Amino acid sequence: MSQLSTRFPGGRFTGLQRLLHWLMAICIIAMLFIGVGMVSTIAPKYVSLVTTHKTLGIAILILAVLRIVVRLRSGTPPLPRDLPGPMRLAAKLSHYVLYALMIAMPLLGWGTVSAGGYPVKLLWGIQLPAIAPHSDTLFTLLHTAHVTLAFAFFALILLHIAAGLFHALVRKDGVFESMAR
Amino acid sequence: MAQQSPGSSLTSLAVIAVVIAVIAGAFAYTGGWLSSDRLSGAKLVQALTPPTGPALGHRRNHAKGICFTGQFDANSNGTALSKAEVFAAGQYPVIGRFNFSTPDPNASDATSRVRGLGLQISTPDGAVWRSAMIDPPFFPVATPDAFYALLQASSSKEPDAMKNFAAAHPEIAAFGAWAGSAPWTPSYAGDTFNGLNAFLLVDSSGATHAVRWSLKPQAELKGMSGEEFAKLGPDHLAAEITARVAAAPQRWNMVVTVADPSDPTADPSKAWPADRKSVEVGTLTVDKIQPEADGPCRDINFDPTILPDGIMVSDDPFPAARSAAYAKSFALRMSEEKNYPRGDAAKEDTQP
Repeated sequence: MSQLSTRFPGGRFTGLQRLLHWLMAICIIAMLFIGVGMVSTIAPKYVSLVTTHKTLGIAILILAVLRIVVRLRSGTPPLPRDLPGPMRLAAKLSHYVLYALMIAMPLLGWGTVSAGGYPVKLLWGIQLPAIAPHSDTLFTLLHTAHVTLAFAFFALILLHIAAGLFHALVRKDGVFESMAR
Repeated sequence: MAQQSPGSSLTSLAVIAVVIAVIAGAFAYTGGWLSSDRLSGAKLVQALTPPTGPALGHRRNHAKGICFTGQFDANSNGTALSKAEVFAAGQYPVIGRFNFSTPDPNASDATSRVRGLGLQISTPDGAVWRSAMIDPPFFPVATPDAFYALLQASSSKEPDAMKNFAAAHPEIAAFGAWAGSAPWTPSYAGDTFNGLNAFLLVDSSGATHAVRWSLKPQAELKGMSGEEFAKLGPDHLAAEITARVAAAPQRWNMVVTVADPSDPTADPSKAWPADRKSVEVGTLTVDKIQPEADGPCRDINFDPTILPDGIMVSDDPFPAARSAAYAKSFALRMSEEKNYPRGDAAKEDTQP
């Protein structure tokens, strides 16, 4: 499956995994920016930002499920043997949390819209069913979780980018290239 | 592993720090944290809050209201303008809310000149149409920014604040004239409720028609002066509509007015000429009234951008601004649910 490179002993993610990673990177970063942008404004673009946010969220949910399936089938290249234990642990844990957020955030958003008694209406007239009962308590819980975790997600993505660049520029250990090349 | 001199490592770390700072900065800019003058839904809601603080658990404006249920009977006249199922002949369930503009759910009825009606019509295709209408024939100001400025001016301690506002926003004069001269109806049942904002109806060929809609009451009730109305009591409207609907269902005709290409669609402070084509598309029947604390309208956000396929926002900037502010108000009051108890406890709790 993965073509072992002599320069990068860890090997590479498969083409499909790299495609999914970069596609989702664009979607998720756009999503977080749309999220904070839409609640910052009352301008006419508010309406289309909210609809785009909902639609993109469902797209991310589908991609995330696909990605986890691919990940379970294709695995990952091993981390460099000389990577210090704490960094190895951080790498593993942060990736589990990233995957969890990719699934949880769209579900929390969908749940928030549902519990708020709103129709779940996406772009192109796509209508989805409610996944939670109309409830003020549930709405508040899901909404708070969605907003709070959004900031945690953004922070984790910054950390992920910093770590990727650290592998690329400082350690030069092939980890960055396993996804970037 | 590749070897690296300490100097180039530092450069690399600096590069990483700059990349992260730029992304974080762009995020902060997008979120409005670097732009103190950007108007958000939260700011608009803040501006609506009285100096004594918000009424927790309640809508931040139009806080005093009462729920109703009923149905909308479409007569199919609207199908030439819009493909939305709600215009096809049929009967569709309605949840709504009568209300008036005040941040105080215990305000006396005579303290507000502006009454409203929140409406939700659901159709079998799963679509939902929500609208929040008011009884003035035009909006006080032309833009959401002007509305924010109006809220600031009216709560300002500067003696000339309102005078300066009126000078900068002359459209407010027409509203002032209406508020000062229009008769007060003794019942919600006698009020005309106007959507005021322009929307686009999309017909089955895909063509769009700019429209505004109104609910015109079938009940003809004699108006009175503000002083006479005040004598009816502080909670007259809710008691009156409850008794009236218990005796007989109340009806409004829904009228859609089609704009001429020359009519302003982006400015709800300008009424369209009275001779514009109007289409009666159906009848709203209100057949049950319920107190808000336990009623079906309590947890509904009558966000005017919640529209079925076949109705779209136009270049009118208000629906978006209202949607943003309503969403904030909704999230706040949902989280304050305990401050607005349901059931019998509510009745005792909300008495002044």
